[in-house]
Amino acid sequence: MAETAPPLPREKRSKRRQGAEAPAPPTAPSHAGPATAPVQHRLTLRQRLKRDRVMLLLTLPGLLYFIVFHYVPLLGYVVAFQDYQPYLGYMHSVWVGFSNFTAAFGDAAFWSATFNTLEIALVQLVFFFPIPIALALLLNSIVSERLRRFVQSVVYLPHFIGWVIIVSIFQQILGGAGLLPDVLGGMGLPRYDMMSDPDVFPWLLTLQVAWKDAGWGTIIILAALLNIDKQQYEAAAIDGAGPRRRLWHVTLPGIAPVLILLLILNLGQILSVGFEQILLQRDAVGPDAGEVLDTYVYYHGIKDNDWGVAAAVGLVKAVIGTALVLGANKFAHRLGHEGVYRGADR
Amino acid sequence: MERPTRLGQFAKGLAIVVVVAAVAYPLLGVIGTSFASQSDIIRSTGLVLWPDHPTLDAYRTIFTGGVVSRALLVSIGITLVGTLASLLVTVGMAYGLSRRDVTGSRFILMIALFTMLFNAGIIPNFLLVKGLGLYDTYAALVMPTLVSAFNLVVLRSFFMNLPEELYDAAKVDGAGDFRILVRIVLPLSKAVLAVISLFYAVTYWNAFFNALLYLNDSDKWPLPMVLRTYVLQGQSLNSASAGEALAPQQAVQMAVLVIAVVPILLVYPFLQRYFTKGVLTGAIKG
Repeated sequence: MAETAPPLPREKRSKRRQGAEAPAPPTAPSHAGPATAPVQHRLTLRQRLKRDRVMLLLTLPGLLYFIVFHYVPLLGYVVAFQDYQPYLGYMHSVWVGFSNFTAAFGDAAFWSATFNTLEIALVQLVFFFPIPIALALLLNSIVSERLRRFVQSVVYLPHFIGWVIIVSIFQQILGGAGLLPDVLGGMGLPRYDMMSDPDVFPWLLTLQVAWKDAGWGTIIILAALLNIDKQQYEAAAIDGAGPRRRLWHVTLPGIAPVLILLLILNLGQILSVGFEQILLQRDAVGPDAGEVLDTYVYYHGIKDNDWGVAAAVGLVKAVIGTALVLGANKFAHRLGHEGVYRGADR
Repeated sequence: MERPTRLGQFAKGLAIVVVVAAVAYPLLGVIGTSFASQSDIIRSTGLVLWPDHPTLDAYRTIFTGGVVSRALLVSIGITLVGTLASLLVTVGMAYGLSRRDVTGSRFILMIALFTMLFNAGIIPNFLLVKGLGLYDTYAALVMPTLVSAFNLVVLRSFFMNLPEELYDAAKVDGAGDFRILVRIVLPLSKAVLAVISLFYAVTYWNAFFNALLYLNDSDKWPLPMVLRTYVLQGQSLNSASAGEALAPQQAVQMAVLVIAVVPILLVYPFLQRYFTKGVLTGAIKG
């Protein structure tokens, strides 16, 4: 409803303007008048708005969405500086300066969550990152077009399956009554429940991410592989390079820019390990291993009504996260690559 | 090392089989188990790939239980309505911003793109949804994620890559901006629109985050929330429905999973061939 209300007055206004200007076209523009100026190129703002009104009106609902759901909530971060009480609202809650931040920084659970976040991110970075590359090289080496298409279809699929479903499936296979404990039990070994072992939690998460997104991650690498000049392979082959040397000296340098870009982007996202995925499994492994910054915010704020501290932690995370992404993108530019946002503002 | 050795070929083939099996086994196993009878489940280790005594009991249990049926309706509803709403708004915005000479389009695009850099975060978003009176409403499952900046960029760059002459010719024929969109641009964009619809539909179908944060009333829960309660947290659906245990608990849980996955499996093959193109226009070229 908030979406449809505002466009109306604007449309009305522009129609009125249209009606007013239509009868007297020669005198309408105020400073496009001088005969020397090419009239076509010097439209006033008002005229340009009128010309573009349909396009702008079409843009408006989306613009409103971004403002209302992405910019307005930023104001909500005032809560980080308040002793926020829901029944008082922002307006009447007491301002407390930075005490929420000091409270968070004095909380051992916060540091534990920070440590877990970094540990999980690091394990994923080191052990998940190479998988799509290897998979893409494998896919790329399949000669039969039909077989390659088939394998691609299969490995892309899990990307579209939600975390709840994926965690449920893993529960069936690795969990207490699942396949792995059954097999281990059958061999006379202790029934090991990987889903509730805090020690391997980062590895479990990485395994799940690999299952869900390794295939999807190959898309961008496969595209980079396609862009390598085939003549380089021929030249290398003539010079006597075998498949392994061709991989090392032609393929990898060819996709290096994309890999570096992906790596830098991943570094930028390091504080945002999957919220849904971890929240769903946090209780099984306990908060000592399963709490990350996002779940810390969720449990403190929404579950325990400790709004100020939760918002403070969220704000710190958001600021550092944005800085990391911006820095990563800068860094990518510095390396002479296109960066991430080139396409967007071109 | 000159040419692919036989061993190398074998290793490659094996790797492909392992990868395909690693993806396919859990999915097929879930489907198989959902049709399994108690004896099938007792005899097997892990998931039942091929039940010897297939039965529909699990599905019968679910659809008489009420909880899953209702969640299913909620999920279908928000997926249809949400996808349509997202598509309309995204198409409008992408088209509106697709021509550089449109006044302010660069600025508006920047406003949208900056949101890829930051995320307002859980607490401020929660307070906003509460403040707007959306808490515990279905709108809370749709509105906060109405437009994805990524999809916007993909669609906009597709529109921009349509030949300029099309627009010019239509203009000469007297078509306005809106008519050009409906009559010329949209019919040429069916493939991208299909992919973007799929992306949105999958988001809404899998909606968990919004539901967890913004829905307290379990009667309004979509399927993923019900999944969490009855599959992950192991609460029994059987006891929730009048107490008579028709099917084994595990089969019932797998049947709920199947219901959650099947719609994706059904649309996926039709759209798969458009993915690469759609994703790459957004990711690499812009």
